Amino acid sequence: MVVSAIDNGTVIDHIPVQNVFQVVRLLGLDHCDEQVLFGTNLDSQKYGKKGIIKVHNKFFEREDINKIALIAPTATLIVINNFKVVEKKRVEVPDQVLKVVKCVNPNCVTNVENVPTKFKVINKEEVKLRCHYCEKITDKRNMGFR
Amino acid sequence: MKNRSLISIDDFSKEEFIKILDLAEEFEKNPNQRILEGKVVATLFFEPSTRTRLSFESAVNRLGGRVIGFSDVASSSVKKGESLKDTIKTVANYCDLIVMRHPVEGSARFASEVSSVPIINAGDGANQHPTQCLLDLYSIRKTQGTLDDLNVAFVGDLKYGRTVHSLSIALTQFNTTYHLVSPQELKLPSAVKIYIKDRKLDYFQYTDLTEAIPKADILYVTRIQRERFSEPIEYEKVKNSYNLHKGLLEGAKPNLKVLHPLPRVNEIDENVDDTKQAYYFQQALNGVYVRQAILKAILGL
Repeated sequence: MVVSAIDNGTVIDHIPVQNVFQVVRLLGLDHCDEQVLFGTNLDSQKYGKKGIIKVHNKFFEREDINKIALIAPTATLIVINNFKVVEKKRVEVPDQVLKVVKCVNPNCVTNVENVPTKFKVINKEEVKLRCHYCEKITDKRNMGFR
Repeated sequence: MKNRSLISIDDFSKEEFIKILDLAEEFEKNPNQRILEGKVVATLFFEPSTRTRLSFESAVNRLGGRVIGFSDVASSSVKKGESLKDTIKTVANYCDLIVMRHPVEGSARFASEVSSVPIINAGDGANQHPTQCLLDLYSIRKTQGTLDDLNVAFVGDLKYGRTVHSLSIALTQFNTTYHLVSPQELKLPSAVKIYIKDRKLDYFQYTDLTEAIPKADILYVTRIQRERFSEPIEYEKVKNSYNLHKGLLEGAKPNLKVLHPLPRVNEIDENVDDTKQAYYFQQALNGVYVRQAILKAILGL
């Protein structure tokens, strides 16, 4: 299967196949007015199988795109302008994560009152987040999204 | 420290802890100083904690300040479904400082972000209780003459014991050696051990209390609660092995002091009360001096 090229926009490549839909949701692409193409279980020389997302006419803030590093650390971000690649980068785990991740602690104020979550990333390799409010650690194994 | 909230023990530096402890020493010498005259302190207790509330209210009263507030949610608008944000924003209009205890973790940090006056966290669920921690530090310094290089044994429920977490984190700044005595099920959580490991401090884990006693300068005892065990039989198995009685103190160092955040149930036998090692009631009194010092520092008086 060939996923057609886009003239302007963003391509997120090398997404682990099991995380494609999570990435779609994390970036709010399920509520996006632009054309969005995505594929999964595509052949990858590097990883065997991969997922890919192409978003027409949309360019993400660095901070937004780095959120996906939490679930798809292998992902590559490609910015396309007039069919040309103008930027190609691996995503990076950010220092701070706002709003998107749910705190693992059910008794945390962010799960009880109307309070947006805020985490400090205390370990980038293992993706460990310390809640700014209840100080409990949410990690990859128990990470949920709001 | 002026106008800053006190939410978590790591909000303040080592120097700031020491400053509070020095101030508390002054209040111990002279507890009645009317420096809070004309000030109003709100004590908002969203869950009851008689001891902590009375200790704060005593501190405010000895300083000549006034107290408003509630001691449980039944008598507040929270019961009508008011959000925490609205409660805090409203009460902040009526006072110069808020002391709050709340069963939800992180509630105090959130309150400090929406409040126009400083917040003192008097316990947020199982998370932090920094004033307890400071009074523990005060008691340790007072009995040992120093906070540095001590052997501190923590006994009992190290998994859920909030005071244990705060104190062990604070002590990482003082080159402490940790002796952690608990049943397997109630070991110190890794989120707290991270702090000890980061500072490359030594810690030893035991299930047998008698092994740790001879090594300790401070024995910090906490209550093991039945409800922490999924199997009642597991509780029955361990409950008596963490019962400190007079006989166990025979091999202790001469400078050993026994601390307990109180209330105690049966983990310290009453026959320990009259030994020279018992310090827990004095520790509770120190809480008033330390809270006076915190009020003074935060209100910038």
